[in-house]
Amino acid sequence: MTDLTRLTAAELAAKIHAREVTSVEVTQAHLDRIAEVDDAVHAFLHVDAEGALEAARSVDGDLAEGRQPASPIAGVPLALKDVLTTKGVPTTCGSKTLENWLPPYDSTVTRRLRKAGVVILGKTNMDEFAMGSSTENSAFGPTRNPWDRDRIPGGSGGGSSASLAAFEAPLAIGTDTGGSIRQPASVTGTVGVKPTYGGVSRYGLVAFSSSLDQAGPCARTVTDAALLHEAIAGHDPLDSTSVNVPVPPVVEAARQGATGDLKGVRVGVVTEFAGEGYQPGVQRSFEAAVAQLRELGAEVVEVSCPHFTYALPAYYLIAPSECSSNLARFDAMRYGLRVADDGDHSAEEVMSLTREAGFGAEVKRRIMLGTYALSSGYYDAYYGSAQKVRTLITRDFTAAFEQVDVLVSPTTPTTAFRIGERVDDPLAMYLADLCTIPSNLAGNAAMSVPSGLSEDDGLPVGLQIMAPALADDRLYRVGAAYEVARGPLLDRVPELKGVSA
Amino acid sequence: MSNISRDEVAHLAKLARMAVTEEELDVFAGQLDQILDAVAKVGEVAADDIPPTSHAVPLTNVFREDVVRPGLTQQEALAGAPAAEEGRFRVPRILGEEQ
Repeated sequence: MTDLTRLTAAELAAKIHAREVTSVEVTQAHLDRIAEVDDAVHAFLHVDAEGALEAARSVDGDLAEGRQPASPIAGVPLALKDVLTTKGVPTTCGSKTLENWLPPYDSTVTRRLRKAGVVILGKTNMDEFAMGSSTENSAFGPTRNPWDRDRIPGGSGGGSSASLAAFEAPLAIGTDTGGSIRQPASVTGTVGVKPTYGGVSRYGLVAFSSSLDQAGPCARTVTDAALLHEAIAGHDPLDSTSVNVPVPPVVEAARQGATGDLKGVRVGVVTEFAGEGYQPGVQRSFEAAVAQLRELGAEVVEVSCPHFTYALPAYYLIAPSECSSNLARFDAMRYGLRVADDGDHSAEEVMSLTREAGFGAEVKRRIMLGTYALSSGYYDAYYGSAQKVRTLITRDFTAAFEQVDVLVSPTTPTTAFRIGERVDDPLAMYLADLCTIPSNLAGNAAMSVPSGLSEDDGLPVGLQIMAPALADDRLYRVGAAYEVARGPLLDRVPELKGVSA
Repeated sequence: MSNISRDEVAHLAKLARMAVTEEELDVFAGQLDQILDAVAKVGEVAADDIPPTSHAVPLTNVFREDVVRPGLTQQEALAGAPAAEEGRFRVPRILGEEQ
């Protein structure tokens, strides 16, 4: 029998819907795989075997009674980032603060997945409250990169990306505030998409930086990502920043792209994202990718976006500012951790001691940085200036998209670094998001698609594709064409079977 | 541009309601100083005539019909409480010793 964990979501759905296999069999195969390899990978913080099998049985029951599948991916298992609420199922955000929290409600993404018949296997590891680029900031220990378990799987969504590369799940959900979907995809050889801001509801997505946070699909193929994108996207009255426009035709675009024809597509190479700080193997992979796009018929030009180099500093003012405000909700009063409630300490002391005990170093750093940037006397120089840079970056994108249909760059300047390498050097860690941040600040859509292995260390490299807001379909057309031309990558990931932690 | 002292970090931690340790004050003072030096780069291009952007999409008030919708029950709302009594959140005393 075929190893069900090696199939794509589209292939699994076809088999389940044709009743060649049951969703229960597919789900059990993935649960078995998790039991076998997750000690070595640590992609999951919580596995909900019972809930997953129940959802799978429901899909199988519907099909047995002759009903149409609830969606094109009904019955297919998925790994959900632990920052999206799941009713009655732990949601920790990788923080001790929420270690024992059982949310009383589902996020909109969770609800849409359930409605689409997608089987939620469990919750994936992440940097605490999605702050980080390596998953080392999780209070529950790091996730390891299936390509090399001494290396990081990216972050903050390293659990989601690793679960795909370790064949523990064919689909995953991530959230991307500064690159937390795309950078993990890049360093694990998987596909990750940050939809246009407002394209996917943030209701029930535990907020880090509300003007930047965006949930999106993670998968092993561009088509699978498109199928998942369609299942979770669309207007939601429960999120006031949700855009009320039709979901871009991403599945159709992936299908069109897979024909391998990019004639008439204008591609812009961002000239600012090259040179010093870029690993030679990443640079060469990117040059090969550009040549490949040209061969597929695309018209390639260089485009300058002069303010993109200011995106990283602007982000590290805007995101901490919003985080310092958002994380004020963890006050030890209504839910989450409470310490020192012994009758001797006042509410304010309990609050301070709880936040000290519950938050890790990176979260504390960002809360203090944001508190500083928003304080009177510093506001204009820091937060105010960062907001102006945000305008300049948006203008750079607008000017660029007058000349080209999509922009491309490396997703991140290096391949996966070693666990521990950057953990005491915040600025070095922040550089991982250098190329991904502009699209968060401007709110446009962006994707990372596998771009082979770096010739200097044999680790995966990602190609970033950026499209204008609401033109997410362009990512899928270009991404699918490139994916077909490059050929599969994940069949080269080292075998994890029989490993022990 | 920046020069964050240990005392300033202690002040920020107080504002943010975090009881940081002495060791943390030393580490964070150095790190915040370094980070602020790096991010101050935004000042190079933030000219007076550039309008600020707070959100990528224009924000407008979103209203809904004023009708009752299902919400959490009292039991559900209290289910995650660190402490509850008589159907309410129990909180530590509000005033400090000296007050």
